[in-house]
Amino acid sequence: MSTSRDNLDVAFVVASPGMMTTLQDSGRIGQGHLGLPPSGALDSMSLGLANALVGNAQTNESQTGHLQECGVLEVTLMGPRLRLVGGDCVVAITGDAEVLVNGRRAEAFRALALRDGDELHIRRVLSGARAYLAVGGGFAATPFLGSVSTLVRAGIGGFSGRALAVGDRLALSDPTIGASHAGQVGEQHLPQREKRPIRVVLGPQSFFFTRAKIARFLSAEWEILTLADRMGYRLAGPELTSTVGHNIVSDALMTGSVQIPGDGRPIIAMNDRGTTGGYPKIATVIRADLARLGQMKPGDRLCFEVIDPAHAETLWRERQRAFRAYLARLAM
Amino acid sequence: MTPYYQIAPLADQGVLIDCGEMIDIEVNRWIEAAAQAVRAAQIAGVIGIVPTYRSLSVEYDSVAITQRELIARLERLLSMLSVSSKPSRRWRIPVVYGGEFGIDFDDVCGHLGLDRDEFIMRHTAPDYRVFMIGFMPGFVYLGGLDARLHAPRRLSPRTRTPAGSISIGGQQTAISSVEAPSGWHLLGCTPVHNFTAERTPPILIEAGDSVRFEAINTEQFKALQQKPDWRPEWEWIDNAGPSR
Repeated sequence: MSTSRDNLDVAFVVASPGMMTTLQDSGRIGQGHLGLPPSGALDSMSLGLANALVGNAQTNESQTGHLQECGVLEVTLMGPRLRLVGGDCVVAITGDAEVLVNGRRAEAFRALALRDGDELHIRRVLSGARAYLAVGGGFAATPFLGSVSTLVRAGIGGFSGRALAVGDRLALSDPTIGASHAGQVGEQHLPQREKRPIRVVLGPQSFFFTRAKIARFLSAEWEILTLADRMGYRLAGPELTSTVGHNIVSDALMTGSVQIPGDGRPIIAMNDRGTTGGYPKIATVIRADLARLGQMKPGDRLCFEVIDPAHAETLWRERQRAFRAYLARLAM
Repeated sequence: MTPYYQIAPLADQGVLIDCGEMIDIEVNRWIEAAAQAVRAAQIAGVIGIVPTYRSLSVEYDSVAITQRELIARLERLLSMLSVSSKPSRRWRIPVVYGGEFGIDFDDVCGHLGLDRDEFIMRHTAPDYRVFMIGFMPGFVYLGGLDARLHAPRRLSPRTRTPAGSISIGGQQTAISSVEAPSGWHLLGCTPVHNFTAERTPPILIEAGDSVRFEAINTEQFKALQQKPDWRPEWEWIDNAGPSR
């Protein structure tokens, strides 16, 4: 992505930071051997759509060959109030968000042209947990190991490795990029509208649990506890203690690994998770359901359903094919 | 030596080459060799690998390769695997045990029936092998803990523990690198932070290295903390393996 020097002083100034607003892209993929989790947007679909609406192209990560999205602001439940200074830009918000520009209602899923001095307020997220704000040309941030994603606990990525704070100045890379996209409208894509169980493949340590416990895991309705953040969600429901014990020799985690610690309350590992963990994992969430999981919040209820890996792969490939085709149409 | 292993699905996100519930230096060396072989093979669609004590996870994107194809490729690679030994580094890591630096130290000593000095003597005696870097950036997992010091993890994890914590969980001991949740017992603290994004390289101690702990007092700890560019000392050792 080119950076035009003239535009370096166009920036958003943070008037209020929102509950937890961080810069996120597709994540720091392939660094797990250093203990670095992927981080990245919890709802990768909304990330891609926000960028497409303002014309931000993906870049190819040379190391792993995966596509890297431009960094966007991930907003949690209550969003930030931002004042644009130094010039104009184009933004798009995805997610079920209540958006105000200079105090007037504005639309999500639409590329909005903002003028110097405008105030953008993502007041709250109505359904789901997160909304995403992309700006044409992206935010000026230095990637660490191939990603600008913020990992607050390690103080890396994003803006000074932390969530937004009052008075932060978020410089824009090249705000001219989105100009031709102003007014573009996208589909109201909301993963949280899909009301069906979260699909999992059992394992890799499901043999730690009796058949009765696995049946209970699959038949129960679980509630996400207040201890739910970008690192993981704790669930309340029937107790699921293992007959064999709750210590394993530390083993790799994936985003969506369902771990059962000694108190029997499942923890679903999310994007800022540890790369490894020492609790047995009863199941792993499939790729196609991760974005939907990422839109869940404390108090939400969920059930699990088992499918086989080949079926999960088909769901993911179909989802990706349809989504990429849609984004390509938007870019035309 | 090829250990017994299984390849299990991690949904449609990855596969786990798993040697099961064991902490064994030969198994860990085989895992390290497997990780190098998978990395070198540059299989299209593989987007990350994580070697641990006892397993190697291989993350993939099914748009580029199916799990079936991936497992077949991995089985071929693993059948031809040879484990070679190479020299490794041994780090000297200073630790303050107990007190505010290790809030579980007295409880763990009590639980194990050891006095303070005997615990420290046993914990500082071995050369530990770095069995993996995992959980958090630069978090060091060590193998070779004295069997007398094994202590089960806490039932419910703490949500915050400080960077540089030296802890014990089950038969493992570790050096934490950043503030993190933990279900392990906190024994002490080192001024070494194994992950610092601004430093080159960001991570000092790597998988396959060795570590020896050295007990220091609070004043020494504070003195080291005040030296901005201080790094722990290390030396080359041959790879006959740490004492077990």
